[in-house]
Amino acid sequence: MERATSLASEIPVRKKPFRKRWDSPLAGYLFISPWLIGFLALTAYPMLLSLYYSFTNYTLMKPIEWVGLDNYERIITADDKFAQSLKLTFYYVLASVPLKLIAALMVALLLKRAVRGISVYRTAIYFPSLIGASIAVSLLWKNIFGVDGFFNKVLGFFGIPGTGWVTNPDTALWSLIGLSVWQFGSSMVIFLAGLKQIPNDLYEASAVDGAGKLKQFVKITLPMLSPTLFFNLIMGIINSFQMFTPAYVITGGGPMNSTYVYALYLYERAFSRYQLGYSSSLAWIMLILIVAAAVIINLTSKYWVFYESESQGGKRK
Amino acid sequence: MTRHKWNSVIRHAVLILFSLVMVYPVIWWIGASLKTNQELSSPTLFPSVPQWSNYINGWNSVPGFTFTDFYLNTFYLITAVIIVTVISCTLVAFGFARLDFPLRGFWFSLLMLTLMLPGQVLIIPQYAMFHQFGWVNTYLPFIVPHALAGGAGGTFFVFLLVQFIRGIPRELDESAKIDGCSWFGIYWRIVMPLMKPSIVTVIIFCFLWNWDDFLGHLLYINSVDKYTVGLALRMINDSQGGAEWGQLLAMSLVSIVPATLLFVFAQKYFVEGVATTGLKG
Repeated sequence: MERATSLASEIPVRKKPFRKRWDSPLAGYLFISPWLIGFLALTAYPMLLSLYYSFTNYTLMKPIEWVGLDNYERIITADDKFAQSLKLTFYYVLASVPLKLIAALMVALLLKRAVRGISVYRTAIYFPSLIGASIAVSLLWKNIFGVDGFFNKVLGFFGIPGTGWVTNPDTALWSLIGLSVWQFGSSMVIFLAGLKQIPNDLYEASAVDGAGKLKQFVKITLPMLSPTLFFNLIMGIINSFQMFTPAYVITGGGPMNSTYVYALYLYERAFSRYQLGYSSSLAWIMLILIVAAAVIINLTSKYWVFYESESQGGKRK
Repeated sequence: MTRHKWNSVIRHAVLILFSLVMVYPVIWWIGASLKTNQELSSPTLFPSVPQWSNYINGWNSVPGFTFTDFYLNTFYLITAVIIVTVISCTLVAFGFARLDFPLRGFWFSLLMLTLMLPGQVLIIPQYAMFHQFGWVNTYLPFIVPHALAGGAGGTFFVFLLVQFIRGIPRELDESAKIDGCSWFGIYWRIVMPLMKPSIVTVIIFCFLWNWDDFLGHLLYINSVDKYTVGLALRMINDSQGGAEWGQLLAMSLVSIVPATLLFVFAQKYFVEGVATTGLKG
């Protein structure tokens, strides 16, 4: 109190004593406390818990028993479904992420120039991303790509013989990849924003020097867009690795396990068979694989991701 | 025609083709929701006689319940989630953007790291915890994480709001401080009103991601009287085994109406939200 009054005579700012109390580290921690509590209790602690479970044979019904590395050993050496679902998931990620990004980039390039009608096109192309994650669209997909579905009618119109896309083991995964690529609109909007940030004088200057369209694309557009591309690539891999709803609703993992992706396997082990210990090991393997993929892409980024702030000396990072 | 004009014609043609491919399934969907089962495999877009009964029967197709119940459940759940998300995320974002405290950088980089954390690593331990708390078959597994700036997209929202608050001039805080305003006063009276546009973005994406959080609903909601719309759709799909596609497609179509309306009325916020932060959309 005494200090507050003496300060008050010097600086009018410090007039109110209660303000002094707030102007402390405590205030900062109070403001972030919801997140901090959430992080510790609902992210950090569960992760440790999950790591612990992964070394046990925990089910919700029985007492926990420590089994060491047994789960991991069984997964890697004796679990066919693990190997198969992992292979399928890699296939899904490697097909859907690049296709989606290429479609997004192509359309973004087209839209960048077509000024007239841009908002109509953008709305139409973004719309599938808006609704695509819903169970409703998965149900629609199941119908459209069925034997009697609409897609086969379109093919029939062009004289191409169709198949039961979601019931044929050879094509079922591709119908899910198609659903993912159909939602390229949100990546496209991000690319479009990135394209608009590229200064026009770069193109003008290079045109004066006689650079063609293709050369401009390779030497200007791609490098300038590479940070956006990098971000989209990482997030795309993380998200598509965890694909669940379409596989669960459209194909249920079938036919003949041809769409039995990793997330579905994890879900079934955990919540149909209640093998929480074993599935925690599966979850940790998934985390390790995703982190490894992110680290590898990050390591390669110095060869292809170009940050403008460091371009002054022509240096690439 | 000049070469330039031809280029423009081709560009528009390609764009129209793309737009059609994107939207055509949805147009077909509208027609299909009015068809009988026999007509579904016919190539025409719209049925000769629209079966409005698909909507009526579909709405009542879960014995003992109507979709009114499921929509009320879903809206109740999402409204609660949105309210706690807006409160918690703005508080946290204000703390990170404006206050100085020990380890701030450390905590913020941890927050950024959790943005990338695959959610499926957490579902098993969280389920075990919530099961022990007796929260299974309540809405608490959704409301509590969101109240702690987590859940579907919480960390994204904190990040988005931090970016936004950093753009608000600090002079406003300073002058409020001179007038003797507390930190909470600055948050509540100065920054909150200015944050309105970004809060709208948060509300929109919070709504969408929770509406589509099928796995979460599947895990925690067991009894039909608490079912969300997504779970009800899955139940019809499982129980009918594709016998009444018209009804199922009609109810599915209705379930995307809220998101579509939101998009129509708040398109500006969508495009800005997606473009400026690279949200997954």
